[in-house]
Amino acid sequence: MTRMVMTGNYASAYGAKLARAQVIAAYPITPQTSIVEKLAEFVAAGELNAKFIPVEGEHSAMAACIAAETAGARSYTATSSQGLTLMHEVLMWASGARLPIVMTNVSRAMAPPWSVWVDHMDSVAQRDTGWLQFFCESNQEVLDTIIMAYKVCESNGVMLPAMIIEDAFILSHTSEPVDVPEQSAVDSFLPQYAPELKLEVGKALGFGSLVKPDQYMEFRYKAMEGMEEAKSRILGVEREFKHIFGREYGGLLDRYRCDDAEVVLACAGSVASTAKDVVDSMREKGSKVGLARIRAFRPFPHDEFKALANSVEGLGVLDRSYTFGAAGAMYTEVKASAFSAQKKPAMKNYIAGLGGRDITPKILEKIFEDIQMATKRREGPEVEWVDVAGLPRRWR
Amino acid sequence: MTKSHKDIPLTPISDTPSTMNATGLWRIVTPVVDRKKCKKCNICWKFCPEAAVRLVNGEPVIDLSYCKGCGICAHECPQKCIVMAKEGEQ
Repeated sequence: MTRMVMTGNYASAYGAKLARAQVIAAYPITPQTSIVEKLAEFVAAGELNAKFIPVEGEHSAMAACIAAETAGARSYTATSSQGLTLMHEVLMWASGARLPIVMTNVSRAMAPPWSVWVDHMDSVAQRDTGWLQFFCESNQEVLDTIIMAYKVCESNGVMLPAMIIEDAFILSHTSEPVDVPEQSAVDSFLPQYAPELKLEVGKALGFGSLVKPDQYMEFRYKAMEGMEEAKSRILGVEREFKHIFGREYGGLLDRYRCDDAEVVLACAGSVASTAKDVVDSMREKGSKVGLARIRAFRPFPHDEFKALANSVEGLGVLDRSYTFGAAGAMYTEVKASAFSAQKKPAMKNYIAGLGGRDITPKILEKIFEDIQMATKRREGPEVEWVDVAGLPRRWR
Repeated sequence: MTKSHKDIPLTPISDTPSTMNATGLWRIVTPVVDRKKCKKCNICWKFCPEAAVRLVNGEPVIDLSYCKGCGICAHECPQKCIVMAKEGEQ
């Protein structure tokens, strides 16, 4: 093991390298660019034995990964924002064809207004594509999750693709110490990709062919089974990872000081690390608060939230995106899970940090206090837009 | 209907080529080439979206197993030597 100081983007590149991706097809987009630049360097220097395919756009990048995986090669790509949404059609193909591609999405706001900063709208908008989605909190988690994701996704009962989500700039361009595992240790953890069926020279087969209404639903049912199976595989693979590499991230839902918490805030991505500090400082002052970090958005930690709802008085959800005409997407899903619980906690949604706006410790403290208030009396809107100029409520 | 979802692969896989799908069955109008007017310019061959025009000694021959009867060849022919006739009336 080597400890290096690196950005989230380099952590992604090292993750793909250690996983021995055989085909890399990508198109540059801010703030993802340095991931593929680094991978191109690895390939050019002979440090990574992969075919690097420069393509003319993200739709083609995903199409190339689909072709590679169909032929039995482990593939990797990375994108962001407008690039991810351009891929949308082929993302559906990758999951329907049951190809365990792993991709980094550096989560960035959608335009207009044009923005290159963190926001989860791009990733959240892909939640129904049949991809596993992992939101990361640190650069180390980015590297480790790429390696774990290949193992989860390529396992027999799953066979679905995964998206590893890094927050733009906060992770992608910020350097942290990262432990880079030995290649030999990763090799023993992650076996070669060996799909049961693949496209082979001399054996013509058509993949993803037309089916009539009497067969379509059975294929979708099987994909649903794959995603359900992923829930236990994520936990199992993480246990194995911890045994070898000594690190773990909390499975689908990373619960921080939630055991005796009266009020819990759920969120995803790098803001969780700030929120954990806020939990510590509020705990020192006697507030029983906790943080639930949504690590897997797909598959969704439904059972975990149901259990959490049973044990808390108030449950807030911070969304770094907004689903127009409804609420934050994470909030609606957490609320749906909480509805299955025996006890119904007070619930509120906080829309914050869009387009890279800072979510400061002060703001998070006010959010925790607002959830505490909501457990006593209901006031104000259920969905709060936090720190918006011109609104009467002050959050800073 | 499939007996059980357990008996099918993860994604549909076909071992027959898509040329088994005889799209000519869809046709309600058929291109008819007037051989006397044809200048063998091959424009119909270039434009056919189904590649159903074959060239035999430079002359277009329509493969009716695949021709869907879209009429692009008739529209593009500079000599206007292709007409679309109703199925069975050509």
